[in-house]
Amino acid sequence: MPKILEKRQLTPITQLFRIDAPMIAAAAQPGQFIIIRVRDGGERIPLTIADYDRDAGTVTIVVQEVGATTRQLGAHEPGEEILDMVGPLGEPADIPSGGHVIGIGGGFGAAALLCLMRELTNRGDNTTVILGARNQELLILVDELRAACRNLELCTDDGSVGFKGFVTQRLEQLIEGDGPGKPDHVIAIGPPVMMRAVAELTRPHEIDTHVSMDPLMVDGTGMCGGCRVSVGGEVKFACVDGPIFDGHAVDFNEAVRRSKMYVKEEEIAACRAKEGGYV
Amino acid sequence: MPVKRVDKTHMPEREAQQRARDFLEVNDGYALSHAAFEAERCIRCQEADCVDGCPVGVPIPEFMHAIAMGDMRGAAKILRSANPLPAICGRVCPQEDQCELVCHLAKRFEPVAIGHLERFVADWERAQPDDEPPTQPWRPEKIAVIGSGPAGLVCAGELARLGYPVTIYEGLHAPGGVLRYGIPEFRLPKDILDWEIDLLKKLGVEIVCNVIIGKTIKLDELFDDLGFTALFIGTGAGLPMFLGIPGENLNGVYSANEFLTRINLMRAFQFPQVETPLKVGKRVAVIGAGNTAMDAVRSALRMGAEEGLIVYRRSDKEMTARVEEYHHAIEEGVQFHWLTNPIEVLGDEDGWVTGLKCLKMELGEPDESGRARPIPIEGSEFVLPMDNVVLSIGTTPNPLLVKTTPGLETNRKGGLIVDDGRGETSRRRVYAGGDAVTGAATVILAAGAGKDAAAAIHNDLSGEDPPSNEENILGQASQSAN
Repeated sequence: MPKILEKRQLTPITQLFRIDAPMIAAAAQPGQFIIIRVRDGGERIPLTIADYDRDAGTVTIVVQEVGATTRQLGAHEPGEEILDMVGPLGEPADIPSGGHVIGIGGGFGAAALLCLMRELTNRGDNTTVILGARNQELLILVDELRAACRNLELCTDDGSVGFKGFVTQRLEQLIEGDGPGKPDHVIAIGPPVMMRAVAELTRPHEIDTHVSMDPLMVDGTGMCGGCRVSVGGEVKFACVDGPIFDGHAVDFNEAVRRSKMYVKEEEIAACRAKEGGYV
Repeated sequence: MPVKRVDKTHMPEREAQQRARDFLEVNDGYALSHAAFEAERCIRCQEADCVDGCPVGVPIPEFMHAIAMGDMRGAAKILRSANPLPAICGRVCPQEDQCELVCHLAKRFEPVAIGHLERFVADWERAQPDDEPPTQPWRPEKIAVIGSGPAGLVCAGELARLGYPVTIYEGLHAPGGVLRYGIPEFRLPKDILDWEIDLLKKLGVEIVCNVIIGKTIKLDELFDDLGFTALFIGTGAGLPMFLGIPGENLNGVYSANEFLTRINLMRAFQFPQVETPLKVGKRVAVIGAGNTAMDAVRSALRMGAEEGLIVYRRSDKEMTARVEEYHHAIEEGVQFHWLTNPIEVLGDEDGWVTGLKCLKMELGEPDESGRARPIPIEGSEFVLPMDNVVLSIGTTPNPLLVKTTPGLETNRKGGLIVDDGRGETSRRRVYAGGDAVTGAATVILAAGAGKDAAAAIHNDLSGEDPPSNEENILGQASQSAN
């Protein structure tokens, strides 16, 4: 079973795990995800691969302790093992090379930009990351992302560091030529509302925009169809066709609605997990 | 001497009202006395068509004779010589279309209840395990089996018995494929599946879960880096089809695969003791009329639905579900809407299912499948109020492995192309069988394909033919004599 090698508290509810998983590390590419299950009876949840190290045979994930599984995972310590971990799943990110790429990360989704932006930088793209959070304490992986791209732009709602405002407001300024300037490609990873706002902002400028969808999922191999997303009027399975899609074609209203299908049950399970009901 | 009784010995089963509310097995199984009584009905034909009717060629007359003589251990050995998964096949095989269809008794009476007896003997064996020690592979050529459904399990079991070291790679966290995620507990208890899989492990088969060949490990890496000599692909037909009608993405619409996987693999019926939920409302419509549709609609009742409906655009004559499953569904109160074609799923302002808009159909001339073509009746639109809609209109082979493997040829339906009877694909020493080749079919056809491919692999690697079923029985007898 994959063993946890390192655990870091990034914010009060966000944790980074570096996990010994040589087979997955060897095959992983930016944009892909894994599925984990932490106990017999546990659910299968998808998590984007934040980073991987083929030489060390490790995979890094970042989780927010909100649901039943992430709460249980949060209680795991280095040296402990994860019951089930499978991947890499989904298609790798496919961003045309040679231009200016802006990666936009909101919440813990920003972690998923790490290996992606590093690869784009290494292949010679001009890369910018716009990283946002409510305040400075909640910004994650600032140093790592700074090393992974050419320009790092920080945004906080309260202005405690960097630009005061939302990532979309800063993106708008860049599109108008400020700082590192207008992008040729944008990739947004974060809450659906943020990704939708980014897509709406870039649409009139016809800037190629990619978003990473994170719908409900069971098997992750195309078998259940629970993760279907409407893209340009076509039904796609996020697990095998995605998770990255054209942000201008994704039906976000449907995606948000579908993501709320089990809100009540998720709360029940999360409470139970918090009270130590799953052991 | 065979005893003339015209009817099959009835399979005892649980009361419909009681069983329709839980996931415990419907059939109770024969008692020892039932078994001998039924086996005596076999007239032991010289030309045993039943054996040809069985995709794995179980020597049925000898099997019947052993049961009738009270030699259950002998019967178990005969059964297992031909079929490595008898406890499963005895439960889920469509015997009425295979061995029992061609039973000579069936010309005038009911056929011998071959399926019930298979189930009985396998269960007897499970209750009285023999203490044969685990075997070790002795041949040098390593073989990888991709997928642990019926085709993969049987192929692995056959190769292990021939002495090959076999590793099965499974993408999910538990082995069994469709036997695990698709077939519900009330038809195939998971401890039966676990037991059959444990027997394979005793033969030396290694099972590695959580590895997706094509993603975690590429097919060619199995040859180049991991040293396998031959491969068998049994990845099934796991990709659900949708109708493409408006409203299909509303909340509360599921593929049968998702519906059943949440229940069977993830045990959603135990929520919140387990974490995976499944929302099931008061009225659930299942679209389709195959075995999977019956499994889904009967599961819906067990999940607490007050009404479970089958909605099918053809009539009961064209239904593909087994008669036994259909009868069980009727007994459990499932409603059948034949000649009813769904054209739209309706929802409320929050995006939850509220109804299913349908058209009435009538039957016309036979179509390309040979079944009467359903034709819409104009102006017959009506709405069934509904809380959930489950689509069970078929599955296609999963393209995941093909997409990442150069040189694997498929037909236009996505099935792997193999040479007849041997199962070799367009890639040398890459064999395939089961639903990955044929598209969605039965457990026993997959088992048969796994068995044929194992024989072909053995022949390919050693130049020998595997022992016949008869030689297998003798071999086992001499082993137990030692």
